[in-house]
Amino acid sequence: MRRLAILLALLAAGPVLADSNRPAAPLAYSQLPDATQEARAKALMETLRCLVCQGQSIADSDAEMAGDMRALVRERIAKGEQPAAIRSYLIQRYGDYVTYDPPLSWVTAPLWIAPLLLLIIGLLLARRLFRKGAE
Amino acid sequence: MRRLLIWAPLALFALVFALVAGGLIKPADRTIHSAMVGKPLPALAMKPLLATKPGIDSAALKGKPRLLNVFASWCIPCIAEAPQLLKLKQAGVEIDAIAVRDTPEAVQGFLQRNGDPYARIGDDPTGKAQIALGSSGVPETFIVNSRGEIVDQHIGDIRADDIPGILAKLEAAK
Repeated sequence: MRRLAILLALLAAGPVLADSNRPAAPLAYSQLPDATQEARAKALMETLRCLVCQGQSIADSDAEMAGDMRALVRERIAKGEQPAAIRSYLIQRYGDYVTYDPPLSWVTAPLWIAPLLLLIIGLLLARRLFRKGAE
Repeated sequence: MRRLLIWAPLALFALVFALVAGGLIKPADRTIHSAMVGKPLPALAMKPLLATKPGIDSAALKGKPRLLNVFASWCIPCIAEAPQLLKLKQAGVEIDAIAVRDTPEAVQGFLQRNGDPYARIGDDPTGKAQIALGSSGVPETFIVNSRGEIVDQHIGDIRADDIPGILAKLEAAK
């Protein structure tokens, strides 16, 4: 009986809602009428990080804040703003963390240089090994 | 050379172990700090959310240090924070607010239940002001100095033991 009561209580318990009571921004879930503009907005949205979910892009996320950021991107693209300018607007506010396309700086340099270095080391290794084999 | 190489796997293991243990003992800081700290307030022209209070015009937020509180009636930590904001108001601090994705009725109810520490409340229906400030959640509180520059950001609800620190920063922001 007690178990049943607990079970019923659990069934009745609603999840705590941490979302607002307002509808999403108009451009959060609807595309721009101009297909080329929408394509540019989409490409940009796929490389911007959702700040609430952190592992997703704003194009993938269903978080309210991601919706607001999509609306911001689409509005600015529709006004004719360049994607790079919108990206730098967000970087000014949230740091490089917000972009999945990190700019080249001293901190990010290893990201760009390491693959080249590894490739060179691999080539050198391969050359040595093949030479040995030929002897 | 060979004798040294024998130790390489163990050294590699030790390295990976240290990395994993380090991550477990001291997890990385995942909070997103606003890059606007140290810069002037962005231009904000926000309509009043309630008929009884003015909205927010960032050009007018000068002359004395103040708090700019990003909150919402649908946010649960904001309820926990409300008594602390009231204490700050009693200490003479001017607190302005940005209500994110909210409605006048809901905010009216929130203020009736939890007290009203705010001098102004700006309406931010689609999170534009929140993004302009580099805020990524509610509640967050920005400390603005008398020249209208953001000097600090408090992420999450303000608790009782945060108050002395905030008052000291406000004093330094004069």
